Amino acid sequence: MKTLSSVAALAAFVTASMFAQVAIRGGTVYTMAGAPIKDGVVLINNGKIERVGPSSEVTIPASYRVISGVVVTPGLVDAHATLGLSGILNIPADQMQLEKSDAFQPELRAIDAYNPREPLIEFVRNLGVTTIHTGHAPGALASGTTIVVKPVGGTVQEAIMAEGMVAFTLGQSVTSTYRNPGTSGKAIAVLRSEFIKTQDYIKKQSAKDPEKRPARDIKLELLGRILSGDVRIIYTAQRATDIMTVLRLQKEFGFKLVLDGAAEAYLALDEIKKAGVPVILHPTMSRAYGDMKNVSMETAVQLKAAGIPFAFQSGFEGYVPKTRVVLYEAAVAVANGLAFEDALRAITIEAARIIGMERRVGSLEAGKDGDVAVFDGDPFEYASHVCAVVVNGTVVSETCH
Amino acid sequence: MRHRWSIVAIASGLTFVAVTAQEVTTVIRGARIYTAEGSPIENGTLVVRAGKIVSVGDRSVAVAADAVTVDAAGKVIMPGLVDTHSHIGGGSGGDRSSALHPDVRILDGINPRDETFKKALAGGVTTVNIMPGSGHLMSGQTVYVKPRPARTVEDMLVYVDAEKTISGGMKMANGTNSIGEKPFPGTRAKSASLVRQLFVKAQEYRSKVEAAKGNADKMPKRDLEMDAMLEILEGKRIVHFHTHRADDIITVLRLQKEFGFRVVLQHVTEAYLVAKEIAAAKVPCSIIVIDSPGGKQEALNLNYFNGAALVREGVVMGFHTDDGITDSRLLLRSAAFGVRGGLDRTEAIKALTINGATMLDLGDRVGSLKPGKDADFIILSGDPFSVYTHVEQTWIDGRKVWDRSNPEDKKYAVGGYEVFPSDVALDACAGGE
Repeated sequence: MKTLSSVAALAAFVTASMFAQVAIRGGTVYTMAGAPIKDGVVLINNGKIERVGPSSEVTIPASYRVISGVVVTPGLVDAHATLGLSGILNIPADQMQLEKSDAFQPELRAIDAYNPREPLIEFVRNLGVTTIHTGHAPGALASGTTIVVKPVGGTVQEAIMAEGMVAFTLGQSVTSTYRNPGTSGKAIAVLRSEFIKTQDYIKKQSAKDPEKRPARDIKLELLGRILSGDVRIIYTAQRATDIMTVLRLQKEFGFKLVLDGAAEAYLALDEIKKAGVPVILHPTMSRAYGDMKNVSMETAVQLKAAGIPFAFQSGFEGYVPKTRVVLYEAAVAVANGLAFEDALRAITIEAARIIGMERRVGSLEAGKDGDVAVFDGDPFEYASHVCAVVVNGTVVSETCH
Repeated sequence: MRHRWSIVAIASGLTFVAVTAQEVTTVIRGARIYTAEGSPIENGTLVVRAGKIVSVGDRSVAVAADAVTVDAAGKVIMPGLVDTHSHIGGGSGGDRSSALHPDVRILDGINPRDETFKKALAGGVTTVNIMPGSGHLMSGQTVYVKPRPARTVEDMLVYVDAEKTISGGMKMANGTNSIGEKPFPGTRAKSASLVRQLFVKAQEYRSKVEAAKGNADKMPKRDLEMDAMLEILEGKRIVHFHTHRADDIITVLRLQKEFGFRVVLQHVTEAYLVAKEIAAAKVPCSIIVIDSPGGKQEALNLNYFNGAALVREGVVMGFHTDDGITDSRLLLRSAAFGVRGGLDRTEAIKALTINGATMLDLGDRVGSLKPGKDADFIILSGDPFSVYTHVEQTWIDGRKVWDRSNPEDKKYAVGGYEVFPSDVALDACAGGE
């Protein structure tokens, strides 16, 4: 009996901490769905946002735990990372972001490699990041299929929100890593041939006689899903030449595309706009070398002016910082001309939209996931702190970072 | 004949212009001035002439009638930043033939036209310690330069002594950075042993030099390695020691105590764990601020509060870029992250300026705004630690050498097509992965 009651108490405790009722109160609440609310309140119940509005209209029930801050935003969305695959130690045993045995392995799945206990995940979570599109790194013709996760849970099943995209790269980062292809021209020839092979595979698979159908091939199966529009390509291309080549390939095969990196996007704005392709822009503070030699801190503001949807990313780093922080990258873009709320959009609702998660995260609206970041000042100021973070209605951090 | 005359005419014309510029008094009015010497001055006046600071004070400062006035109302002025550890300039140091290169000078590899000097100016850096390496126990001799426009590297040097014999320190490293295949050490203890052997040899060389008492016949055979080591033993050449982990920091202090060299601890990820010991040894620390911890085992405990922890114990503390590990354009940001980690703002200003100057033995020439010191300063659009603040102008030796309002200068602040044709010096500093 005693045992039973303590089990019940434990169950009640677990339920309470998982589905606590939380009220977040902020001097300014940026909902990203309408104008900012002065002295706003966000009620979270059972993991989901219940209500958002000014404190004059939203009464906080007595049972709700209250967290207050100067600025409240939706939990931040990192539109492209390698977190959980590229570990903090940076030794071969914890670097799972790039398989070098072959340049073209789109069938490798991030879900089979993601380590939810990787310390850098908690690090970015403490800085307000609550949704991460992560997986294999740029650097291969196709390096793998990404996932979207929340920075919680002890297993990938607990963390995962959805399958992501298939990561492709064009540029010298590929040709310097692999013997084959040795040039970008050859890279495209290989890809076109793979897609043509896929078209043939799909055709044969629809044969009426099961005997005549080809043996199952997980790579061609995935490429088939790309060609049918079931899964998108996130294509890392930094130089304008490579961006144009990717757009040409997309026109030929009609796959759904998100441009990634795009360091020289400022030289191809009209073409990107015309193709209707969103951009997950390189980190603003990226170093100028290799394919990114011509990187500019003003590209975000140029994408905005051109009307091209874009989001920020933490990206991949081979050395230090082992992960970047989207909050910081957006901040430096604001310093270089991007409007405050446009930058905030690019790490919340716009990022969510580009990775296909806008119905669940990216803004503070009733029914959406209870993901919130609480700041003690202007979120982008160097000396401000993220003082509370809520994921799925659970307070995961209450220390100022 | 006519041709030769015209050259003379041009040459004398240039000389005339240069002399005039030297003799003009310039007064910069209206800014909030952080001198790094005392309290900030509101609506301040900064007077410079012939490359030096004449006076600094409030609006009542007397100014020569013919002075050229620069209006800086609403702006912020502070001393030019001192970057105590950088790899700009396209230079290189010791190669993989040895773990110890006391004879190698990065001076001999620097390109004064390298565009990374413009990047430093865009970040407000006016004095920089350019280091060779890394990946060695001793990568070679560093140089102290001002990133001013120059035809030769000699034009950029800043000397620590009146005789103009020393304009740099010595780069050393421990921990995993200098561990490798032979002839590099394989362990930390072996690393320390190789360093001790070199210093013991240097002590013996010094004894022979002293015994010779100036008699050229009795002097030991000249040895370039020992020449540099002697400068270290005599305290003329400061050792800049790359070290991350607390135990590695303590090892540096142990070596320093045994051989008595002057040292600045560089990077110091875990200094906060041994701040008391560092303070007791009276050794300054220059911190690298990285956005996230890790990237290597030694940097797992990297944090933003390291600087605040050191100041609390009374350690002289500064920041550096280690460009291209972090970016010369973002040195102010590094100190701002120190503020995020609890560092007092006044201490953060000193950390970027006078403390760094002291670490390079240049504290009596640069690093603060004081009459008689070099007129090296920056004009900012606002609070030094705000993300929204830009370096608007960088002045070295009383001359404006970078101006954000000029597109040809601004491009170095933001980047873009073919702005930085050389790759950043990432390989040079990554070493010892």
